[in-house]
Amino acid sequence: MAYKTIVEDNIDILVAGAGLGGTGAAFEARYWGKDKKIVIAEKANIDRSGAVAQGLYAINCYMGTRFGENNPEDHVRYARIDLMGMVREDLLFDMARHVDSAVHQFEEWGMPIMRNPKTGSYLREGRWQIMIHGESYKPLVAEAAKKSADKVYNRICVTHLLMDDAKENRVAGAVGFNVRTGDYHVFKSKTVVVGAGGASNIFKPRSVGEGAGRVWYAPWSSGSAYGLMIGAGAKMTQMENRIVLARFKDGYGPVGAYFLHLKTYTQNCDGEEYESKWFPALEKMVGKAYLDTEASHVSHRPIPTCLRNHAFINEVASGKGPIHMVTMEAFQDPHLEEIGWHNFLGMTVGQAVLWAATDVNPKYENPELTTSEPYVMGSHATGCGAWCSGPEDISPDEYFWGYNRMTTVEGLFGAGDAVGGTPHAFSSGSFTEGRLAAKAACKYIDDGKAQGIRVSQEQIDRRKEDIYKPMEHYKIYRNEIVAGSVNPNYINPRQGLDRLQKLMDEYAGGVTVQYMTNEKLLHIGLKKMKTLEEDLEKVAAENVHELLRAWELKHRHLASEAVIHHTLFREETRWPGYYYRGDHMKVDDDNWHVLTVSRRDPASGEYTMEKAPLYHLVGDIEDKALAEMKANETS
Amino acid sequence: MPTFVYMTRCDGCGHCVDICPSDIMHIDPTYRRAYNIEPNMCWECYSCVKACPHNAIDVRGYADFAPLGHSVRVIRDEEKGVIAWRIKSRNGETDLNLLAPITTKPWGKHIPQLSSVPAPTQDQRDSQLLYNEPKYIRLDDGDIHTLESNGLHMEKGVYY
Repeated sequence: MAYKTIVEDNIDILVAGAGLGGTGAAFEARYWGKDKKIVIAEKANIDRSGAVAQGLYAINCYMGTRFGENNPEDHVRYARIDLMGMVREDLLFDMARHVDSAVHQFEEWGMPIMRNPKTGSYLREGRWQIMIHGESYKPLVAEAAKKSADKVYNRICVTHLLMDDAKENRVAGAVGFNVRTGDYHVFKSKTVVVGAGGASNIFKPRSVGEGAGRVWYAPWSSGSAYGLMIGAGAKMTQMENRIVLARFKDGYGPVGAYFLHLKTYTQNCDGEEYESKWFPALEKMVGKAYLDTEASHVSHRPIPTCLRNHAFINEVASGKGPIHMVTMEAFQDPHLEEIGWHNFLGMTVGQAVLWAATDVNPKYENPELTTSEPYVMGSHATGCGAWCSGPEDISPDEYFWGYNRMTTVEGLFGAGDAVGGTPHAFSSGSFTEGRLAAKAACKYIDDGKAQGIRVSQEQIDRRKEDIYKPMEHYKIYRNEIVAGSVNPNYINPRQGLDRLQKLMDEYAGGVTVQYMTNEKLLHIGLKKMKTLEEDLEKVAAENVHELLRAWELKHRHLASEAVIHHTLFREETRWPGYYYRGDHMKVDDDNWHVLTVSRRDPASGEYTMEKAPLYHLVGDIEDKALAEMKANETS
Repeated sequence: MPTFVYMTRCDGCGHCVDICPSDIMHIDPTYRRAYNIEPNMCWECYSCVKACPHNAIDVRGYADFAPLGHSVRVIRDEEKGVIAWRIKSRNGETDLNLLAPITTKPWGKHIPQLSSVPAPTQDQRDSQLLYNEPKYIRLDDGDIHTLESNGLHMEKGVYY
């Protein structure tokens, strides 16, 4: 290959992937590491990269302690309830106690945050959400990151982490290639903060053809956070906890502002409320601790997202679809109508395009909703990601090994989708996690933990060979055939992605099987995953762009394999509405009130699974309204 | 809604190529103009549409579910700090003009250069505080929340 090798040496903090998590890390690192060398490697252009590339119309994680609204522990309880108990409460508390300082800085930098004209506080969409004009959210935080970083490498697809050849299980940087020039890039670094994304497009989408790009999470979210860290042997947690979204049909436009701010609601084809009729049976599946409709009614305790999905899925399966969002009432108010459209334009333009194309006027017609294909990520209403250390003043021993947000690989940190057990971080929480990881990474270096790192030329050469193999493979076998994409010696990245999506869908609980799987299916899935892994050694890339797709596919594959192992391990149906273990259809707190933790041995590819204890925050008042209700019951 | 590029408006400047998060806007070697090489990896995020200095890029809804004959156009103006949208439906009945702010301040002027702010003390390094904290958490004299300050502790197992 004629591609150059470009080495960036002596980096202190390498940020791999600069979405909200990565930009937060780069920004903050400069404060704690004045003389440190901070470098960003980003697959796209940091001005428009990551899940927030097209903007956001809300910041979904803001406590508002400044306005006397919520305390961090309130948010922890909310996330715990929503995720059926399975969260890292130390990490969540830590994120929640810092998140407001990020939001207040965003406003100071120029982010238009809407205000409540009566109270002067931020305009609330819901208890945790504030409304913003966030079209330029990403360029804004990118500017902050650029001001702090020594160098920003755009268009670098990071494929692997470099490991220290002097000390086992210690990170030493990363490698990748430039998706434009094709050049090989080596980043030798004392620490790495993985800010890369979660995974869209690993389950077969509902859309076909062109529409395959209209996924809920960005199509460029290729599970690289997981691919990189699993590949380096970092422990992962809660990878079974994929998320299914109830969204506007086909466009997957957001519903949060519609429910919370516009006060729209859902109904079935007969115009009836349908959720409550599914709840008694569901209460038997999950237990009263997780679904107590009476308590929810009295205390406004939220009903977990997955359980509301469950009602949706069952209503449609019983022949009462489609489910409609009732917009016709709210949209009679011209102000609310405008907000409804702005909401799409600010973060899911495609939904506005779809309504324009199909002549949907929500003032006169209630649009259809659907449940999406599953996604694997860690910053929305789900918590897949790496098993990370928490902060020293909160975390119990099992959750603490020296440095906040450090994975089980020394010097390897995570933020955003990369960190497991921290759902409901969203954009602001991911940025905050980046800041926390950066401070901890500086401390790790200052404590002398990164001394004596050695990267052998052998490792650098080996990775180079790995990276370009798909292009070599193409060159060797292309001319055996006349033309076209059918070749007995290779598959192209799209063909590989199709195969991955089909098998994940059918064996790991996708849309075509109503999110259902079981032990037998998962075992078949694993077997097919192994052969796919073999075939991915023969994936062929015609050019550098296809090489990018090939590596995204390999990252998606590693993430998917972890999903299957975790789903197999947890022998219960913890989140009905996200997925079902048909052979264990109930929540089983006796055996599974635990976090699942996995490790893939980088040498053998073998997985080991373990359970980790759950610690819950206990305070004087669990939930004010709920506590009052309980007090009334006993008196 | 994959993007497409109007032949007569594009001059091949490459702004779209530079910004596309999905790496799908490329320059056609024959025509020397941009085009979408992989429509099924397009998120219709409009990053390229907003970046195009000639308004040469538009979007046509995904063929698998969006009928023809609609239009969602945008002009993003960093100087004025606003973004303007126009939505036209297929049947022409919906024709909306919507304007939103994108910033309240001149670009980048109010983001601090952290290399030139005073360095943190050892106490701050040893604390749980981040840059600008505790002040920016509540914008008053309040301190950061801890388990102790909030009357909390952590307990193993199921207690609720």
